[in-house]
Formats: sequence, C-alpha cells, structure tokens
Amino acid sequence: MKISELADRLGLILYGGSSGIDKDAEGGYCSDLLSDVMGHAHANQVWITVQTHKNVIAVASLKELAAVIIVQGLEPAPEVIVQSEAENIPLLGTSESAFEIAGKIYSILK
Amino acid sequence: MKNFTADLHIHTVLSPCGDLDMSPDIILSQAMAKKLDLIGITDHNSTRQCQVIRRMGAELGICVLAGAEVTTREEIHCLVFFDSDESLDRFQLFLDERLPAQKNDPDKFGYQVIVDSQNNVKGMEERLLINALDASLEEVEQEVHLLGGIFIPAHIDKPRFSILSQLGFIPSDLAVDALEISPLTTQENWLALHPEQRQYCFISSSDAHFPDQIGRRVTRFTLLEPSFCEIRKAFKKEEGRNVLIMN
Repeated sequence: MKISELADRLGLILYGGSSGIDKDAEGGYCSDLLSDVMGHAHANQVWITVQTHKNVIAVASLKELAAVIIVQGLEPAPEVIVQSEAENIPLLGTSESAFEIAGKIYSILK
Repeated sequence: MKNFTADLHIHTVLSPCGDLDMSPDIILSQAMAKKLDLIGITDHNSTRQCQVIRRMGAELGICVLAGAEVTTREEIHCLVFFDSDESLDRFQLFLDERLPAQKNDPDKFGYQVIVDSQNNVKGMEERLLINALDASLEEVEQEVHLLGGIFIPAHIDKPRFSILSQLGFIPSDLAVDALEISPLTTQENWLALHPEQRQYCFISSSDAHFPDQIGRRVTRFTLLEPSFCEIRKAFKKEEGRNVLIMN
C-alpha cells in the first residue's frame, strides 16, 4: 500500500517529505533506539517511533525506509522537517501511541 | 607543563544507584589513595552534591570539576561541568525546570541523599533523578555552553544510554568538548571500530558508583595546573596541553 493511502486511512499528519508518499509500505518496525533500527529495520518498512531527533531522517534514508511516523502527538523540530524534504522521506505524525498505530498498520498490511 | 591524573565521572550518595558509602569524605580519601589530581562529580541530573566536595577537595589539593551526568530526552547520558558556583546554580535551575515530577521510590531505585562535609543529611531529592529531562541533546549542549560549561557525551561505547545506542551516530554539527569511553574498551580498539571519530578528543573514566571503583580508569592531562580552564584548553590541545587515556 502506498504511503499516501496509508496516511489517508489512518488520518496521519504529513510534516514533510511529501515527494516520497507514492512509495509502497512493506511492513513496519517499532523502535526508539536508532542503533537498533540501523541493525534490524528493512527497506520499505514504515518506522514508528517517539524519537524526533534529526538523526531519525538520516537513519531512515540510510535504511531506505518508506516513511517515519512520530507517535504520541510529538512534533518534529523545523530542521527535522527540512531534512525529511531533502531526503524524500515522508515524515508523518499521529496523536495515537505506538501500540495503537502499529496495530492498525499491521491489520491493514498483513 | 605537568601531567595530572583525572577520573572525571564519579557518582555520590545523591545518585539513586550510587552507594550510600559514596560520601564526600570517602570519595576524597579514595581519590587521595589512588593519587588522583582531578576528579569530576557527576550525579544523575543534579548538581546538589558537588559544591561541598569541591570545597573539601580544594583543602586537600584535589581539583574537583563540579557538574552532573545529564539524561537528555533521547535518553543519552552526557557529562557536564561548570567553572563557578553561579553557573552551576543556574544550570541547576535548568535541571529543576526540565526534570519530570515523577517521585523517586527509594525501595526500588535507592536513596537520593544530600549530605554536608560532616555527612549530616541536609536533604533528599524527591524527584526520580534517573529520569530523562524534557530537553533534547542539542538543547542541553546549548544551555551548557551558554553557561561556559564543558559538554561530554558519556560512555559512548555502551549499548545503553549512549549517544550511539540512542541516535546511531554522532550528529556532525553537535558541539562536544570531548567524548567519553567506558572502562570496557580502549581508545585504540574503539577507533579501530569507529575511524570516523578520529577528530574528537577522548577521555575515559570510572563511572564509579562504589568507593573501590574510583580511579579504575583514568585519563592523564598535560596542563599548566589542574583547573577547569586548563582542562578546557587541553580538549583543544592548546599550546602543548594534552589528553591521554591510561588503560
């Protein structure tokens, strides 16, 4: 499923990286340790996290992830949004918890 | 220039995980026994125990760098140090503002006690000090440097609470004065794994929570005299000053 469709169905906020929303999501990964994501996430997954540091975009780009979803209503700083635009990584947000949004994405993509 | 031996990462009775034997007098007598010229007092998210140790250390000829081990929002531990009581107090206000209200449970996490030079209990920190501040890595770095302090990401080789475990790599625009590695590795082995970090200055310290851990890993500073200003110059290798980890 395309990121744009996933975002519509789940009512996600798009903070940046809109040029990447036509990519397909192939599963997801939940983690707040960037070292763990570097080690274990796979390309084209959607990454669900509470981390809002700008390294998130660098790691997402390195791992060729489909998108990043920031949970709990946390908002990325302006420089993170700029980074997501530069790297074409859709940076999305939700007020829901990682548990809730991961559950919904799992049921859509499984 | 002379060489001075330093252990810049020591917890006290104030840290919940710090042993109740980590009182000012015992820390200083251990530092004397281990022939340390410089020590750093770095409790979790609090500077409330270090000023008394700095005053007592001065009488014994031990230079005490006063500061804290801060936990940023990303759960990264960073050592911070300040030159004057005034800048320490101002940083304490920042900590008080940014530490969550969550109370400590001494049975689970340990006591958070503030003592005077005679080991009389002056107070207890009610809030849980091992919590993360509501402040990002960059916000903490900027606050520390605004107050003229020193900023050192702690035990960066560890798989928990380190800048690498939490952020994957060191943001290239982060203004660090040095990086700390734990006693678990050596600078040589670490840089063999991370050659991209060669431009940084490294220290290593004990991260002592118990008296016998003090000085188990030290860093040798080449300085005119043991002082905060000289250490800051040494991190920049100014005019023959130097920093060398002793394995």
